[in-house]
Amino acid sequence: MPSLKDLKNRISSVKNTRKITKAMQMVAAAKLRRAQEAAEDARPYAERFNAVLAGLAASVGNSDTAPKLLAGTGSDQVQLLVVMTAERGLCGGFNSNIAKLARQKVLELQAAGKVVKILTVGKKGRDVLKRDFADLFVGHVDLTEVKRVGYGDAQGIAKDVLARFDAGEFDVATIFYAKFQNVVTQIPTAQQIVPAQFDADGAEEVSGLVDYEPSEEAILADLLPRGVATQIFAGLLENGASEQGARMSAMDNATRNAGDMIDKLTIEYNRSRQAVITNELIEIISGAEAL
Amino acid sequence: MADTMQFDLVSPERSLASLQASAVQIPGSEGDMTAMPQHAPTLTTLRPGILKVEAPEGTSEYLVTGGFAQISAEGLSVLAEKAVPMDEMTRAHLDELIEEARTMYKTAQEDDSEHGLVEDAAKLLADMEALGTHMSL
Repeated sequence: MPSLKDLKNRISSVKNTRKITKAMQMVAAAKLRRAQEAAEDARPYAERFNAVLAGLAASVGNSDTAPKLLAGTGSDQVQLLVVMTAERGLCGGFNSNIAKLARQKVLELQAAGKVVKILTVGKKGRDVLKRDFADLFVGHVDLTEVKRVGYGDAQGIAKDVLARFDAGEFDVATIFYAKFQNVVTQIPTAQQIVPAQFDADGAEEVSGLVDYEPSEEAILADLLPRGVATQIFAGLLENGASEQGARMSAMDNATRNAGDMIDKLTIEYNRSRQAVITNELIEIISGAEAL
Repeated sequence: MADTMQFDLVSPERSLASLQASAVQIPGSEGDMTAMPQHAPTLTTLRPGILKVEAPEGTSEYLVTGGFAQISAEGLSVLAEKAVPMDEMTRAHLDELIEEARTMYKTAQEDDSEHGLVEDAAKLLADMEALGTHMSL
């Protein structure tokens, strides 16, 4: 049985915890709004870009001269997994869900006899995956210093990925991130970025009547690397919104749990206080009777 | 004949403009062009330069660096890698861009892996510097 003083300390410490989680929840809510706005602002660009690229790819893609980024290297032996997670924890299952999906994929590919390489973005994913697959790591991108993810950051990652592709280090690249559905649901997603893939229904019918300046192939070769950057950027933004959403609901739960715990502890505290009082009374009364 | 067309300028981070324009000067990679309503469908890549939009409400200018423009029957969409409205542009900003182009040129020169890359970087640098003169900063 803990003493009254212990209980009192416990209650005040849980109260402090509740204050902190409450504050974190509110900060996450504010950041979530901003992250969602950023993701929405980026959407028109990505949509148009993909429509144009898909149209171009449809008309050029089948020729022999199609760029490697579109047609692939003709093999899928070496796979690069770009795992994008958060830099910070305390956001529920967000990081571990992405890591879990990536781990599944690694095991699946290894079972199929493929060579797997891992590139991580964000500290948390690296920490988790390093435990099991330390020998598969080829690099890590640190975004700890980045306050607000910009297109430049995505370009940096894309440049790294493309340089590896040009050097023949891998055949297929896939990015892992969490798609933001709503505050309680974030869906871990794997998306292939190299060779480029397009939804058939997103393709805009770019007919043969369009003038190309420079040639169709040159434009495609120019746009494909940018397409990689655009996709990574979209992934980063989705991730940003998902992270804040996950943190918000995790902190909301924590706040509620702390409240429940305080209630329970308070009842226990009151009971023991009452027991002490009763005890003292008994002692006084029995002392008086003895006289 | 319609005398205006839909004009959209978007960058990866945000959408900068969406309005009815009567003419738009585009810094195309193979030369400047002006798109007006009923222009033939065209797809062109951009070089760093100034995008001039003429709308009934007045003209506006944007600095764009790379990307592409799509002219279709519905209007004109410019997808710029980086786009800054001219009145937000400062000397420091431009210096930054020039510096970036210069380092790219240097690394391309040192690598001397592909001839095309060096030329591209040199062109980029020249474009950036020309931009400064044009803006008379």
